[in-house]
Amino acid sequence: MKELSLNILDIAENSVKAKAGLTEILITEDEKTLKLLIRDDGTGMEEDFLKRVTDPFCTTRTTRKVGMGIPLLKMEAEMTGGSFRIDSVSEKKDPEHHGTETEALFYKDHIDFIPLGDVQSSIVTLIQGHPDTDFLFRHVMPEGTVELDTRELRAVLGDEVPLNEYEVIKWIEDSLKEQYEDLHS
Amino acid sequence: MKSLEELQAIKAKMKDKVVLREGSGDVRVVVGMATCGIAAGARPVLNEFVKDVSEEGLSDKVTVSQTGCIGICQYEPVVEVFEAGKEKVTYVKMTAEKAKEVVEKHLKGGKVVSQYTIGAYQA
Repeated sequence: MKELSLNILDIAENSVKAKAGLTEILITEDEKTLKLLIRDDGTGMEEDFLKRVTDPFCTTRTTRKVGMGIPLLKMEAEMTGGSFRIDSVSEKKDPEHHGTETEALFYKDHIDFIPLGDVQSSIVTLIQGHPDTDFLFRHVMPEGTVELDTRELRAVLGDEVPLNEYEVIKWIEDSLKEQYEDLHS
Repeated sequence: MKSLEELQAIKAKMKDKVVLREGSGDVRVVVGMATCGIAAGARPVLNEFVKDVSEEGLSDKVTVSQTGCIGICQYEPVVEVFEAGKEKVTYVKMTAEKAKEVVEKHLKGGKVVSQYTIGAYQA
C-alpha cells in the first residue's frame, strides 16, 4: 500500500465484516516507533483459521482464493525491523468476550517505513460505509492526542440522523482536521 | 475545535429532510473497497462520489455505498451504478477526477460516460 492509512482501512473492514459493534483504531507514536492496534468485538476467528491468516492463500473472499490484507500489513511492519501480532477469540469459544486484535509495530527511521498518510480520510471512509457500527479512533503522538468516538456522536444525533449523512461526515472530517492542525500549529 | 453543539444543530436541521427522503434512492453507486480496490485508489474515488452527490443536490436520488471485492481486481478501482429498470453500468480504473465527471454526466445528466466503462477496456 502507498500509505499505512490504507492498511488501516483494509484491516478495519475485516472487523466490520466480523460483525463488530465497536472497532478501535489506536495509533501510538513516539520518536522512533509507530504502533498500530486494531481491536474489535466481532465474531473472532477459529484457532485453525487464525493460524493460517497471515498466509496470502487464506482468505474469506469468495471471488478468488488469495487474500493479501493481513500478510501485506505483516510484511510492511517486518520490513522496518518491527513486528506483527494477531490474536482472536471466537464467539463459539467465548460467547461473552470475543473479537480480534491486530497489532503492528513499525520503526519510523527505517528506509522501508511507509508513511501513515491521510488517516483522517480512512476514518471518514469507514464511518461513511458502516454508519451502524461504532469506531473509536485515537492517535497518540508526543505532541498530543487526536480522538474521535462515534458513540459520542451517536448519543447526540440519536436514531433519526445516520452517521453517514453528508453534513455529519463533513463535521467528522473537519473535527479530525482541526485536531491535527491544533497539534501542529 | 468542532463542538458537539454543532452536531446538535445538524440534527435539528436534518430531521425534516430525513423523513422526506424515505422510500427514495433509485440510483445506487457501489464502490469496491476490498484490499484490491483500496490499494488501487478506491478511497479518494469513494470520497469524491460522497462529496459530489451531496453538493450537486443528488442525495434524494442517489445513494453511495461500499462493497467488497467485485472479482475483477485488475480493473480496480471499480464502481458499479445500479438504476431501477436499467442495465448495470460498471466503471473501471476510476480516479477522483473521473468520479466527478460520472456524477456530472451520468448521475446528473443521465448519460453514461462510456469511455470509462468496462466495455471500453475490454474492446
